[in-house]
Amino acid sequence: MKLQLEKVGRTLVVRISGDLDLESAPAFRDKIDNVLTEYEMINKLVLNLAEVNFVDSSGLGAILGRYKKMRSRGGFMYLTEVEPSVSKVFELSGLFKIIPLEHTNEDSAI
Amino acid sequence: MSNNNGGYSSNNYMRLIFPSRPANVAFARVAIAAFATQLPFTLEEIDEIKVATSEAVSNCVIHAYPDSVGLVEINAEIDSGLFRLSIKDTGVGIADLDAAKLPSYSTNPERMGLGLVFMDSFMDSLSIETAVGRGTTAIMEKKPSNPAPDDQDQAQDVYEP
Repeated sequence: MKLQLEKVGRTLVVRISGDLDLESAPAFRDKIDNVLTEYEMINKLVLNLAEVNFVDSSGLGAILGRYKKMRSRGGFMYLTEVEPSVSKVFELSGLFKIIPLEHTNEDSAI
Repeated sequence: MSNNNGGYSSNNYMRLIFPSRPANVAFARVAIAAFATQLPFTLEEIDEIKVATSEAVSNCVIHAYPDSVGLVEINAEIDSGLFRLSIKDTGVGIADLDAAKLPSYSTNPERMGLGLVFMDSFMDSLSIETAVGRGTTAIMEKKPSNPAPDDQDQAQDVYEP
């Protein structure tokens, strides 16, 4: 898994590529949380999943953890470009009911 | 790809044994998915097998051997068009299996407790044998939804590695 993090104003955009599972979830969590800790003004987190082709419950847990973190600091989190191959685990988990997938592309989410 | 005897009717099996390290979760699901493609599963079904395998092996890493590294043994079998998967550890076992099957049964806020739910939902059947102190074996089965691999229209959906 690779992460590309970009700060746009008060928004943190994270582009993820590869698999989000038990092995990669800790790095995903730590890299995002480090930036959130460093920049307290960030109030929006956008996760671009266009290049993610595998997510399991460990990956979902890490995503949900970032959502809870953003909510606890009064911010929001959005998911964009969820591929069909991974959307089924999101649907089955009920995560789409919690985390908005209002935007299909990253630019409109920022 | 031509195949004189139809190929899909052949029975086959494999066994993988590896230490319960996080890096082996991806290895296991990719290996099992590649083996499963000997049956005419669709891309979506192969993705489901990957998730189920990933969950079962992750459970071995996290729960079966919480403070150590132990062995995970996977047996996969193709038997008369049916894919059967057994994922076994000799770890701590599950004290309360009914509770463990409940969604959101998790002791860690970063985890969703959906592992067994995904295994159950994405495979046709799931059974778990467990004994405290002896280990756990998860047995799952799945049949391709499209059993006619020579149907040209639907064959396009079949995963080719």
